[in-house]
Parts: sequence; C-alpha cells; structure tokens
Amino acid sequence: MAEHAHRHPTPMLYLVIFLCLAFFTCATWAIAFADLGIWNPVVALAIACTKAVLVILFFMHVRYSDRLTMVTVGCGFFWLLILITLSLSDYLSRTLFAT
Amino acid sequence: MSTSQTTTTDHHPALVHQFDSMEQQKAASTFGMWVFLLTEIMMFGGLFAAYLIYRIKYYPAFVAGSTSISVSWGFANTLVLIASSLTMAMAVWAAQKGKRSYQIWFILGTMILGSVFLGIKAKEYYDKWDECHVPGHVIGKGFNAWGGCSVQNPGLGNIADEIQKHAHDSGTIVPEASAIQTAKQTEIFFSFYFLMTGLHAFHMIIGMGLMTWLLLRARRGEFGPAYYTPVELGGLYWHFVDIVWIYLFPLLYLISRHKGAA
Repeated sequence: MAEHAHRHPTPMLYLVIFLCLAFFTCATWAIAFADLGIWNPVVALAIACTKAVLVILFFMHVRYSDRLTMVTVGCGFFWLLILITLSLSDYLSRTLFAT
Repeated sequence: MSTSQTTTTDHHPALVHQFDSMEQQKAASTFGMWVFLLTEIMMFGGLFAAYLIYRIKYYPAFVAGSTSISVSWGFANTLVLIASSLTMAMAVWAAQKGKRSYQIWFILGTMILGSVFLGIKAKEYYDKWDECHVPGHVIGKGFNAWGGCSVQNPGLGNIADEIQKHAHDSGTIVPEASAIQTAKQTEIFFSFYFLMTGLHAFHMIIGMGLMTWLLLRARRGEFGPAYYTPVELGGLYWHFVDIVWIYLFPLLYLISRHKGAA
C-alpha cells in the first residue's frame, strides 16, 4: 500500500503544485513591468520553463512514469530545443559581424 | 459473461485481446499519447520559432503590437487555465480511486474553467476586432485602411499614435512616416497572435469535447482503480494545452511589456 501511494501523487501535492504555478504566474506578471533590458525575455522564459516542468513532472505524472515515457518526453523537448536554438543562433548572430 | 470462470475470459472488460495485462495496455496507451503530444510540440514549436525570428526582424512593431493586447486578461486567463489543470489532475485522482461523484464534479469543474478561458479569449478577440487590429482586408474592418476603419477607431492609426506618444515620453522623436511604417508591420505580430492563440483555442475546444465524452463515461461508472486510462490520457492532453499557454502568455503578452503601456 505504501508503495502504491508512492507511485501516485496525492491531492495535497496537486494543490501545492497549483499554488507554485499561481505564484510563478504572479511573479512573471509583476516582473514584466520592470525594465531588465535583455533579461526580460530570459526571466519570463525561465519562469515559463519552470512552470512547464512542474506540470510535466507532477500533473502529467512523468515523475511517476516508466523509463520509456521519461525518455520519450525528454526526446521531444530536446528536439524542440534543437529547433529553437539552431534557428535562433543563425538569426541572432547575423548582425554580430555585419558591420 | 460476468460470471465466466475460465481463465482466458476472466479479465477486465476494458482489456483488449492484444495485451497481456491492464498494466501493459495502459503503458502502451500512455506511450502512444506522448508520441502524439510530441507531434503537437513540434507543430507549436515551429510557430514559436517563427514568432521569435520575426520578433528579432521587426522588433519595434512586435513591441507595439504586444503592448496593445491586454495583459490583465492574459494574466487572468493563465490563472484560469492552471486552475483547470488542477481540477483535471484531481479528476484523474478521483478516477484512480474509483470515486464516481468526484470524477463528475472535477470533470465539470475543468469544463467550466475551460469555458471561462474561451469566454475571456472571445472578449479579447472582440476588442481586437473593435480596434481594427485583425490583419487582412477580408475579415475585420480593414487593418491597413489608415483612418478608414471608422472615424472613432482609426485602427493602424492608434498604434502609430501610441508609438509616437511612447517615444515622446521617453525623450525621443519618431517621425509620423516611420511610426506608420512600424504600425503597418504590427500586422505580422497580429497574424502570429491570432494564429497561435487561435490554434490554442481550437485545442481547447477539442479538449471540451474530450471532457464531455469522459463525463458521460464517468457517469456510467466506467472508471476505477483497474481502468482509468481515458481520464489519464484526457488529462495529458489538457495539461499539454495548458503548457502551450504557459509559453504563449510570456511570449505574446509579457516580454515587451516594460517597453510600453500596461
């Protein structure tokens, strides 16, 4: 029974995760009005990634899933990272040596 | 059928014949759902990449467009959607525990919060329609018609005015021609805005359909500790749509906010 309880999150844990998500939402909203220069998008996306990881691990049960699911999810986001970083490394660096 | 004593047929009615056990069936279904969600990640990912590239290319226009949408409604909608993820997670928990009335209430709660989200989104769309910010000439009141949208709502004009006003407030001067040029380029931002939030809202509508289906099955008492895979997978879909919004909110509403009006 104890092992069974370990494999599934409890309503209390769900509530804690929800409160964390609500807190991060308020934080990212408040921080958006402060001028952090180039750091505004970085902070906003870092908070978004934290929220997404909380949802994936707990609400989507990946933390409690088998290895196959973990590897599948990891592959998906790694592939997305390739898409975004390689594309942006081109566009962001074009102006660096343009002069 | 229910009193069969032979080992070959004495299994859960939801177990289909190609699987050895309920656990194996659930693992296969979960894997399949995640593979589907990966294709969804790549679809939205392509849009996110395109959005970021165009944001670099037309930065002032994206700032002007982004600051023209209501951050308060976006913020409220984010809270509504993560609350719906909580009720969804609780619906899966209730299904797992075989608590029928909790399943029904939590699925209903998820649907209500989903409807609130779509309602707020519709209100935001209506405001954009009213401000003549819907791109193109076919739908909306004509984005590029300078002052032609209506006398009260000059569409493009109010973006150009905002750009000039904001530049003036920060001690610089933007000539009218250049402000109009930037305002015209905000059409690219609004195209991304409507495509990305529209595709997301479309996923929400499909999610509402899934919830209706789960609600009917939960009412019949089909889910319990041995079999709750449809609720689990419906939950995966709902949370995925939530994650898409978790990224849409900062990218569309927040990251340029410090540059302009609330």
